[in-house]
Amino acid sequence: MTMVAYKNRAHPLWLAYIVHRLSGLFLALFLPLHFWVLAMAASEPGRLDGFLRFTEYGIVKAAEFGLVFGLAIHMFGGLRLLALEWLPWSAPQKTLAAAAASASFLIAALFLMRAFG
Amino acid sequence: MSTDTIRLTIDRGSETQAFDVPAYESQTVLDVVSWVQQNADPSLAYRFACRVGMCGSCAMMVNGVPRWTCRTHVSKVVEDGALHVGPLRNLPVIRDLVVDMDPFFDKWIAAEGVHHGTRTRDDEIAPVDETSPARVEANSGIECINCSVCYAACDTVAGNPDYLGPAPLLRAWTLLNDAKDAGRVAILDAVSGSGGCHNCHSMGSCTAYCPNELDPMSAIAGLKRETMKHALRGRR
Repeated sequence: MTMVAYKNRAHPLWLAYIVHRLSGLFLALFLPLHFWVLAMAASEPGRLDGFLRFTEYGIVKAAEFGLVFGLAIHMFGGLRLLALEWLPWSAPQKTLAAAAASASFLIAALFLMRAFG
Repeated sequence: MSTDTIRLTIDRGSETQAFDVPAYESQTVLDVVSWVQQNADPSLAYRFACRVGMCGSCAMMVNGVPRWTCRTHVSKVVEDGALHVGPLRNLPVIRDLVVDMDPFFDKWIAAEGVHHGTRTRDDEIAPVDETSPARVEANSGIECINCSVCYAACDTVAGNPDYLGPAPLLRAWTLLNDAKDAGRVAILDAVSGSGGCHNCHSMGSCTAYCPNELDPMSAIAGLKRETMKHALRGRR
């Protein structure tokens, strides 16, 4: 097929789909590493401490941000999918629910930043 | 009349062919394709009938997106004076811009998209409550004119040729909500098989590109809920 196929996908619903799937794949690939490091707490505590010193580096902090961001978008992507498929909401109801969820997420994030800031 | 031209590229089998077509005001993509067939190459094969968005036969891929060419103004889709037109995706090509619609219609039948009557011609006409939620669902679904734009837009169909696809499943959902249709169990069995509604990944291209602004993605979500309830209740 010679036709450019990707243009077909340049709409928010498809982007929400691919972000959810790619973040899930990324988290699944990360999990073995996560468990490997966690297991050090039981088997080799000294090595774990050495490993945890890496968290002082800026690049590791940036990667941690990426991880939390990946978890957040995957969770909200999953909640979106569950609502989309299991709740027979009308389009305005979906918009209201998305607005309410993002507003409460924003308020909770601000509260958290105040609490630890 | 302007002296500008549109650079039109057409997918013809394994090759593409380019034409310079005179540009006019309020020109549709179908006008441009027709100009080629009437003035440059009479052997170009394409389909159309009504030219006003009622028959659904002129659907093609236009710059990578499935559209009714009769209702698509060139000015809305042209990119740097160029247009790229190809046959609908996900269907076998017969020639040039003409696809074989048989697999698409076969899937309507496979999804039990046929009327399952409850009465004979001697009975009274069944009363229909226009305000009931089920009828509201059915009323939107009956506007589908089988143009196959959603089917061409769907990546799940592209990846799984057995998947029934958006329009056949929308038809099944419409009949499921129709008080005059008695095929509930047959429909739910047909749409819960290996090529059924649970293949859908809710990518939403069907809903994004439906020229009639219908919502097959939500209809498929409705089928997912109903087939699940049906299974949990012991197939009643």
